[in-house]
Amino acid sequence: MQQTRFAWYLLAPAIILLAVLLVLPIAIMAIYTFYEFVTAGVEKANYTLANWQEFFTDSYYHLFLWKTARVAAITALACAVMGYIPAYFIWMTSFRHKWLLLLLLIVPFWISFTIRTFSWIHILGEQGAINVTLKTLGIIDSPIQMLYTEGAVIMGMIHFLLPYMILNVYVSLEGIDRDLLSAARTLGCTSAQAFREVTLPLSLPGLCAGLLLCFVLAAGSYVTPQILGGNRDALFGNLVYDTIMEQLNWPMGSTLSIVLFVLLGIVSAIYSRYMGLSTIFKGLSR
Amino acid sequence: MTDIAVDLKGVTLTYGAFVAVKDVDLKIDKGSFVTLLGPSGCGKTTILRSIAGLVTPTSGEIVVAGRLINDVPIYKRNIGLVFQNYALFPHKSVADNIAFGLKYRDVPKADIERKVKRALDMVRLPGVEKKLPSQLSGGQQQRIALARAIVIEPDVLLLDEPLSALDAHLREEMRTELKIIQREVGITTIFVTHDQEEALAMSDRIVVMNHGLIEQNGTPEDVYRMPATKFVASFLGQSNLMAGTIAATGNGSARITLDNGASIEAKAPASAKAGSKVTVILRAQRLEVGKKAANGANKLKGKIAATSYLGGTAIYAIDAEGLKLQANTIIDDQVFREGETVDIAFAPSDCVLLGEDDRRLV
Ligand SMILES: Nc1ncnc2c1ncn2[C@@H]1O[C@H](COP(=O)(O)OP(=O)(O)OP(=O)(O)O)[C@@H](O)[C@H]1O
Ligand SMILES: [Mg+2]
Repeated sequence: MQQTRFAWYLLAPAIILLAVLLVLPIAIMAIYTFYEFVTAGVEKANYTLANWQEFFTDSYYHLFLWKTARVAAITALACAVMGYIPAYFIWMTSFRHKWLLLLLLIVPFWISFTIRTFSWIHILGEQGAINVTLKTLGIIDSPIQMLYTEGAVIMGMIHFLLPYMILNVYVSLEGIDRDLLSAARTLGCTSAQAFREVTLPLSLPGLCAGLLLCFVLAAGSYVTPQILGGNRDALFGNLVYDTIMEQLNWPMGSTLSIVLFVLLGIVSAIYSRYMGLSTIFKGLSR
Repeated sequence: MTDIAVDLKGVTLTYGAFVAVKDVDLKIDKGSFVTLLGPSGCGKTTILRSIAGLVTPTSGEIVVAGRLINDVPIYKRNIGLVFQNYALFPHKSVADNIAFGLKYRDVPKADIERKVKRALDMVRLPGVEKKLPSQLSGGQQQRIALARAIVIEPDVLLLDEPLSALDAHLREEMRTELKIIQREVGITTIFVTHDQEEALAMSDRIVVMNHGLIEQNGTPEDVYRMPATKFVASFLGQSNLMAGTIAATGNGSARITLDNGASIEAKAPASAKAGSKVTVILRAQRLEVGKKAANGANKLKGKIAATSYLGGTAIYAIDAEGLKLQANTIIDDQVFREGETVDIAFAPSDCVLLGEDDRRLV
């Protein structure tokens, strides 16, 4: 009893912070969705369902949602494929200073995310590194359009999300008892078979957690498509920004944010239910 | 030739500059239970892993069931390995764990089911097929690991400290169980432990190792009663080591002047020469104290320095005129306390003589 109360004391600052800085603003936004939009920058507290009606009936919004989900899914899957290999390498290497390799993963976070995103302009742009090189080598005559495409947006997001994926996978690989691999080998597995039978299934929890994290972060991203994408490559986050900052339509902007918030929440909830099983597996590997 | 299951010829294994196993020669009879016994880091696991193929010897040959397997990849060797921490696949059911090796040996499905069932019966855990390893107790998990290793009918079963993760009570139970199962199956077994009691209780032969070298290879009785080296004598059981010089020999015995001046008689092989320095080894259990010592052959006077009373027996630390001795005796009349002076004695036939190189004179 004493201990539970103590635990609550310890939790209190975090809970108060979350309540004031997260729950309260979201609640206010939720109330805004029922306000009436009068004209740019002006809204009235006449409770109405007009914003929600607009969202549910206008397919423009649905297309945006669909595109956002597609881009986020592609990004997450690409991160999974590209992230598993380095994570596996870091786990397997007999290099003494593993912490150095892990540190390398965190180094990018020392530079502002926005600046890192801008740096792609110098690589992908018309006067960027790739085009200039190809042109000098005489492989192309006119620059290839790489910047301001969906590809560039996905690339930028992979660049930003890959460390999250690698760390997630690495942590679950690190939890695998290497004797399990030896056991599989002595029982007749080649190393490829041992990977399929032991390493892959036991690292799935990390891979799944990485996928969810990358998907949610990609789906909610706003800066990357803004900088690296063209007009057609805007994602849902940009739509929210436009609605609020350009059209000054707070009620509709709030509606859209709440939609994104709820949908990503549902994805996470369904996912973690399903993930619950894998977490048990992980607990089992003691 | 055919009755040798495992034959190590001059096996050496180095990790960088560190020599973990040095020029080990070891023949293991088919169907026998052999224990590798030695302190931590002496290379026991390394030997097992090199037989299994998990590490490659730097030099030397490993022959299993008459086949040189140095260059045979792990998955093609037919060897059962049981790990200290069981290493059961946590994401697979008990049945799938046991069936794992069979699956990779292309055993038909119907046979797999039958063999899994039989293996579970053998380790006395019928009916747990569908459980996950984490739903079993430590002892049960150990049995499953054993079942998984023997179900593939390996040429040799390797057990790396399989009992050390169990609590003392369970360990003793599993010790007996393991021995019974091994007899039933008749499988050649190499067992690794640093617990001497386990080794003495279970083995047909004990291989005592130290610093990557084999110190002695013999039956439990041999190893206990006739230690080949000083290391074996001090590692197994409680021994008294008494330094001295041979004064005279004859009739299969030698008169030895100990460094504290006492003169004793000891059984001696022909190679014992007068004038050479020796160490006399005497088991603590063979040193009589008190009344029983009254008519011993080698009689000394000693002062009790410390007493550990253990109920049925007592362990005495005795100072016999500068000679520090240990006695582990059954208490028949009285317990001696610190400071008392007692008679102590031992028989010449209980002495083992080591030469100057710390090896037994033969
Ligand atoms: N991969 C490795 N790299 C370097 N040294 C190693 C490696 N594996 C083992 N060693 C060293 O080799 C020596 C023998 O190791 P081994 O595991 O065979 O000992 P052991 O007799 O099984 O000991 P224990 O009773 O503690 O299990 C030890 O000193 C150990 O430090
Ligand atoms: Mg070991």
